[in-house]
Amino acid sequence: MLSELQKRLLNDYQRDFPLSSQPYRDIAGELGVSEAEVLAALQELTGQGLVSRVGPVIAPNRVGSSALVAMQVSPERLQEVAELISSFPEVNHNYEREHHYNLWFVLIASDHRHLQAVLADIEKQTGLKAMLLPMLADYGIDLGFDLDFDLEWHDGSA
Amino acid sequence: MQITALDRKIIEATQAGLPLTPHLYRSVAEQLGVSAELVIQRMAAMLEAGVIRRIGAVPNHYRLGYRCNGMTVWDVDDGRIDEMGERIGQLPFVSHCYQRPRHLPDWPYNLFAMVHGRSEAEAAAQVQRIAEVLGACSRGHEVLYSSRILKKTGLRIGG
Repeated sequence: MLSELQKRLLNDYQRDFPLSSQPYRDIAGELGVSEAEVLAALQELTGQGLVSRVGPVIAPNRVGSSALVAMQVSPERLQEVAELISSFPEVNHNYEREHHYNLWFVLIASDHRHLQAVLADIEKQTGLKAMLLPMLADYGIDLGFDLDFDLEWHDGSA
Repeated sequence: MQITALDRKIIEATQAGLPLTPHLYRSVAEQLGVSAELVIQRMAAMLEAGVIRRIGAVPNHYRLGYRCNGMTVWDVDDGRIDEMGERIGQLPFVSHCYQRPRHLPDWPYNLFAMVHGRSEAEAAAQVQRIAEVLGACSRGHEVLYSSRILKKTGLRIGG
């Protein structure tokens, strides 16, 4: 179960993290707790995996080159192909989805040429064709995500 | 905004997370051989320019109980795609909204919006809301639910 402090940290600090000499002390001041309490709460949240990280969210394609890629993989080859693709350091998200395009991953490379080279390598090693879906426009305002703690709480650790 | 070599190093050093220590920018700065003030100044500049979208706690939706992660894809009239994309991107339950190319005839969809629900019913209601906003501008859509997360890192730039 989350403490009130953890809920506040999760919902109210997805943006505007202080750019100051002691950000956690500033947050503590705003919440009326100690810096040590803020750090302990965040350590617990990250330790439990409820917070992936505290840090910058980088806009896609402003630094380096990225694209979403979809593949159709037969069920008997899915595990093998998914593991091969996940092993590339340039692959960050890799999801199985319920569709005839059943494998979806995001490629992130230092530049466009590097991205094309990794994609060609994946197609060669798997013998499968990849559908490249680069971002053409970004409509997300990305203010963070309202976690809506007022509704019934479902334990994420289950 | 032109990214400097230092900006790139700052992103590489922080994209997996800032240290959970009191003087975190000083730790990052020491690692890069510069001052904490310079790290703070460059991060503020990148935030202002939109290279960094936000700085803060990044919740893991899935671990927080939002298990129904749906990638909704829509075939939207090209003439209205920007207007409609902006509207969908503002819906509170949409975490990402992008225009991507069609691959005809296999893939007619040009608008992608990610929804997150704690149940299938909640996600389905979100899809319905998007359908209402798009109205006749959408000629068809599909929802691709994730059945397995095979890899997930928060990294945005590669080496």
